[in-house]
Amino acid sequence: MESILSFCFAVLIAPLLPAVIQKVKAYFAGKQGPPLLINYYTTIKLFKKGSVYSTSTSFVFKMGPVVGFTTSLMMLLFFPMGEVSPLLSFHGDVLILFYLMGLGRFFTILAALDTSSPFEGMGAAREAFFSTLAEATVFCILILFFRLTGSLSFNEFFSGPHAMNLMGEYGALLILVVVGLYIVMLTENSRVPVDDPATHLELTMIHEVMILDHSGPDLALIEMGAWFKLLFYSGFLARIIDPFHSENVIVNALLFYAVVIFVYVTVGVVESITARYKMNLVPKFILTPFILVFFVTILTMGVLQ
Amino acid sequence: MGKLLQIQNNERLNRADIPHLEFDVFRQELVDFVENGGQIVQFFAYEDQGAMKLLAVMRNDKLFVAGCDGPDHFDSLTAESEKFHMFEREIGEQYGLKAEGHPWLKMVRYHENYTGKKDVFDNDYTQDIPGNYPYFQVEGETVHEVAVGPVHAGIIEPGHFRFQCCGERVFHLEIQLGYQHRGVEKLLQTVPFKRLPIIAETIAGDTTIGHSLCQSQAIESLADLKVDEGASIVRTIALELERIANHIGDLGALSLDVAFNPPAAYFGRIRGEYLNLSQVLCGSRFGRGLVRPGGVTHVMQEEQRQLIREKLAELTPEVIHVSDLIFTAPSVLGRFDNAGTVSHENGEKIGLVGYAGRACGLPYDARVTFPTECYGDLPANTNEKTDGDVCSRATVRREEIMHSTALINTLLDRSAEAASYIPEEIKLAADSFVVSLNEGWRGEVSHCILTDDKGEILRYKVKDPSFHNWTGLALSLRDQGISEFPLCNKSFNLSYCGFDI
Repeated sequence: MESILSFCFAVLIAPLLPAVIQKVKAYFAGKQGPPLLINYYTTIKLFKKGSVYSTSTSFVFKMGPVVGFTTSLMMLLFFPMGEVSPLLSFHGDVLILFYLMGLGRFFTILAALDTSSPFEGMGAAREAFFSTLAEATVFCILILFFRLTGSLSFNEFFSGPHAMNLMGEYGALLILVVVGLYIVMLTENSRVPVDDPATHLELTMIHEVMILDHSGPDLALIEMGAWFKLLFYSGFLARIIDPFHSENVIVNALLFYAVVIFVYVTVGVVESITARYKMNLVPKFILTPFILVFFVTILTMGVLQ
Repeated sequence: MGKLLQIQNNERLNRADIPHLEFDVFRQELVDFVENGGQIVQFFAYEDQGAMKLLAVMRNDKLFVAGCDGPDHFDSLTAESEKFHMFEREIGEQYGLKAEGHPWLKMVRYHENYTGKKDVFDNDYTQDIPGNYPYFQVEGETVHEVAVGPVHAGIIEPGHFRFQCCGERVFHLEIQLGYQHRGVEKLLQTVPFKRLPIIAETIAGDTTIGHSLCQSQAIESLADLKVDEGASIVRTIALELERIANHIGDLGALSLDVAFNPPAAYFGRIRGEYLNLSQVLCGSRFGRGLVRPGGVTHVMQEEQRQLIREKLAELTPEVIHVSDLIFTAPSVLGRFDNAGTVSHENGEKIGLVGYAGRACGLPYDARVTFPTECYGDLPANTNEKTDGDVCSRATVRREEIMHSTALINTLLDRSAEAASYIPEEIKLAADSFVVSLNEGWRGEVSHCILTDDKGEILRYKVKDPSFHNWTGLALSLRDQGISEFPLCNKSFNLSYCGFDI
């Protein structure tokens, strides 16, 4: 029961949180910013609209948003938000989760290529390249967590005697993991300094350019998929950082979401104080966390055993 | 080189006094002139009593003029120097005179020529741009082409950009404009006289003062009108305010293009404040309706002086602060530095003007070299950073904002007040020629007027600085990542309609 409620709450709150980033950015720019509920309004507006399909596209184009949305939604099924066990949990669920994400991306890229627009092909190439690089870090983190907890399930990462938490026994190592995961989060969710979600310049876009041709409900599905994905990554980070623990489930959940909001705020701050990198520097930026996490993994190994 | 006639900016000449050379001599003179570092201000064709003629206004640190008969086919000057390439294409398009041996004889704005001669480009103008022009092609297995526009996301003007890329790397960018061709030059030759200033103001909406100033000075010279000192001060202040507002807007936009939001938001607001100062000066935020032949329509009184002075004192520290925010952020400098470099040599070859030129180490500034209005006794600006990249262009603009602010403050302290403007019947001198140059915010703006024996306008030639600088943008993209294009484009921020006229 708790798991179902937790899942529903996560789905409902996911559109709210990105507006926090916009608010923070607006604050830095001396503006008022959009209302916090902006994403709900946008979603409702988009669902009321029809979709426009180019005659050069096929069924693949229509599948992209659906698969992307479903896989993102499924990620939340596996992830323990707060300290509530997720709906689905078994040994190896982390692998399924990240491959689901890969599947969603694969179909988004296919849909972009299906439009045969030169921009979208360019964006797809960038997305494929950068997310491949980011994947190295993600799997390195999984290997590390497996070594430390002996488990391949999200629920077990964060519970039990060896819980992955900054307050726990591996705190020092996890600092580097947090940094690495943060960079992966920025990359995977097309945030500054890797991508600029606010730009209108199609030649510089990565993720946005792939969805230029989607409209109406399709676009809404893609946007919602992106919000779920961002929530998943910040939830992942929050579970590692979250220093609070309470016996009460509700208090725990509130504390957890407070940390999640903190992560969103830091994203807003990062976007306000840095410019995005030149495209050819982005791979170096994405590979940095891999090196960090790989180093951490080495530190957990014995010498001459 | 001695056959060109040296003239002054805004000097009225009898057309008979302009040296009329044999074409071969004319060609050689011009080629020699540009070889010695000279540049072209105007080079155009016109029709005089049924005969085609060419006229060239050249500059080094002086202005020179010469003309010749315009043969239907002539040996291209571009074959000798790249500086002529746009001008010869324009001559071919406007008057059907073909430059033989031109390495890239492509249409400029895509319209029928004025003379009914056979079209130089064999285009059928009922078809859309580019007609039968085959765009530049790069061949190879990994080469791909990205075409952008003419309809863009956002609120920019129409222009077509074609990138020949290998992956993310751009080999070549081809720019096709002409979507906003309105026939301004033709219009200026035919409309009732009192509409001239109104048309001049709309040649390029962001260079209202620049263009209307050129036109008014040219007409004043032809009609022998004197402008009092007070009006000159207002004109100079208006031109400098236009410069500041545009530079600030562009610095903000540059920062937005690299996803650095706060300065973009601040400069967006501050630009509005400077536009409001234009409104204080003349009732229009974009300087419309201020400059007219013979003077200015709005008298600047103590009240306006005080308002502008106080607002400048308030805004200047803000501008310095926000510029510092941009130019001290390492991530921003990382984007600006070495992006979109145009070498000094290339800049010289294609005759870059304005801040784009100064950023390549071409110090030419029409305010200094050919001063008009109050510029003769005002201090010049110098630029520290001249590497030709986006960072240099941004830095030059930042320096010019401060320089212009100082100029306005100096001028506000002068007490001369303009006489009220009274429109009067203006009669242009017959058979005359005048060329007028001013440093608009984007660079050298130039208008050239020829009158016939009845004092009617025979040929009105307009040149916006963008006419030179678009080629610079194409060059800056060579060997860059395609994602650098918006940044390079904004650092030049050229006018589409000013080019398309």
